[in-house]
Amino acid sequence: MAREFLTVYWREMIRFVRFKGQLFAALVQPALWLLLFGVAMSSNFTGGSIVFPTIPGVVDVDYLTFMAAGVMAMTALFTCLFGGMGLLFDKNWGIMKEMLASPMRSYHIQFGVGLGGVTKSLIQVGLIMGFGLLLGVEFFPGFSGFETVGAVLGILAFVVIFSAGFIFLSAGLAMRVESMESVQAMMTLLTMPLMFSSNALYSTSSFPAWLQAISAVNPLTYFVNGIRYFALGGDFTALGTHYEYTGGDILLSFAYLAVFTGLTSVFAWVSFKRAKVT
Amino acid sequence: MAGKIIEVENLEHSFGDFKAVDDITFSVEEGEIFSFLGPNGAGKSTTINVLTTQLSCQKGSAKVCGFDVRTRPHDVKKSIGIVFQDEVLDRDLTVRETLEFHGRIYSMPRDQRIAREKELIELVELGEKWNERTKNLSGGMKRRLEIARGLMTRPRVLFLDEPTIGLDPQTRLRIWDYIKGINEEGTTIFLTTHYMDEADRLSDRIEIIDRGKIIASGTAESLKNTLGEDMMYLETKDDDKAMEAAKKVAEVSQVKRVSSGLELILSADGAKVMPKVVRSIEKDGIGILSVRMKKPSLDDVFVHYTGREIRDGPAEPLSHMKRRH
Repeated sequence: MAREFLTVYWREMIRFVRFKGQLFAALVQPALWLLLFGVAMSSNFTGGSIVFPTIPGVVDVDYLTFMAAGVMAMTALFTCLFGGMGLLFDKNWGIMKEMLASPMRSYHIQFGVGLGGVTKSLIQVGLIMGFGLLLGVEFFPGFSGFETVGAVLGILAFVVIFSAGFIFLSAGLAMRVESMESVQAMMTLLTMPLMFSSNALYSTSSFPAWLQAISAVNPLTYFVNGIRYFALGGDFTALGTHYEYTGGDILLSFAYLAVFTGLTSVFAWVSFKRAKVT
Repeated sequence: MAGKIIEVENLEHSFGDFKAVDDITFSVEEGEIFSFLGPNGAGKSTTINVLTTQLSCQKGSAKVCGFDVRTRPHDVKKSIGIVFQDEVLDRDLTVRETLEFHGRIYSMPRDQRIAREKELIELVELGEKWNERTKNLSGGMKRRLEIARGLMTRPRVLFLDEPTIGLDPQTRLRIWDYIKGINEEGTTIFLTTHYMDEADRLSDRIEIIDRGKIIASGTAESLKNTLGEDMMYLETKDDDKAMEAAKKVAEVSQVKRVSSGLELILSADGAKVMPKVVRSIEKDGIGILSVRMKKPSLDDVFVHYTGREIRDGPAEPLSHMKRRH
């Protein structure tokens, strides 16, 4: 059995833990988001100046809890979008030549790096979830122990499929472009619209139609839906918006992400196959 | 058992309009040290990149270890080792991890891999640096590590692209020793270099390449002998007349003007020919200011065929330079 991708993965993880400063930043940054932005915004909303309507019998979720799901999703997005940058570095100053000159098929690089990105996302998302719970995020309201385990597994499944999609996208791009600056610019350009056209930090229900259209194709939206469904249930209100998800909706969200990941993995596969470093 | 381990026929490779390799044919015997000698930009690296399947084979054919690079690139990759021209190391992996990574992506069995790691680290004398990250190694150590890595899989051919570029003279000597030792153990070496002395000291056979074409080939000795036995340099008061006078001597096969006077190529032992030349010139009443003699070097061979010195060759295309940090 061909297991070379595990070797690529092994190296990815060595590098992940070896750069202490980077590791520290990767773990602390999302926590800071939650702590500063989350607490600041939620104190704004719950301070009493605005009163959001609630529906009797439906769980009302406070802002910190609402946006915690968004922060988890955004962290995975950032980690993976910038996860391909390492490849560009390998191309210019590292061992991409060695890998491409070896008999190992190039998709092993893709899957090794992909697995690395997914692992990093899982670690970060797990940490934010833990940190959020400490800060008072009310995930899994009224869930039994068994339901909670199921919900966590559901969230992780979404993290995996979403992260794979974006790490393949950024890896594929990194293999095609030459300069560090151009990928960085591309990624930064992608980040903002992805973040602000999604439902990560607020409801999209009062968006103008054109922005709603963008939101409806944005993978981040579907990722956040998945996390909220598993973390908060299929029926809750937040900031006056009533959210209702059925199992079917969530299955569709997952399917949408799976298709997205399928497309980016083909894109990456072609990029790696065509890659020449001389 | 000697046989042809590399066979190249009518190979051509272009980058846009630029023909980097222009219809070359040559072969390498199993077990020898074979050198591709030429200035920067002559087409050496392009040839190596085609042979190692890093570049596609556009025109002509190339076989390495019996496998066609066009139809069996995977088998070619499995049977060769490569030391790249630029530094290709992960700065943040240790020496051991570097070798482990290589062995694993080449699917080596674990026991064999570990045994080879230990063996090779001794060969290149990096045992003490076992757990050191590669960024902390000196230039020569990095090169030795890369050579060890290239040998991990016991390749039948080891490709070395400018193995001592940028290294100090002492380190170069040591690297040459390693290369010779490896060759003595049976690995065929394909080497590119623009250093004359390197090709001269190491190679069993040399092909001189310039502007994409092979311009001369043979052993270092035979190449130098094409220029005759000795070379003689003269400074006189009247080089034009001296040239005529020198040409009268039968053993002078060629006379050429060079910046400091005349260059004579002698077809017989210089110690015996020199007095004849001096006599012939003085007989015509031309004063001789200085006489110097030397054995032809590969450098002279290169100048002979191209009219240029090897170091005057065109600079490498910019794309090859950007990786030098």
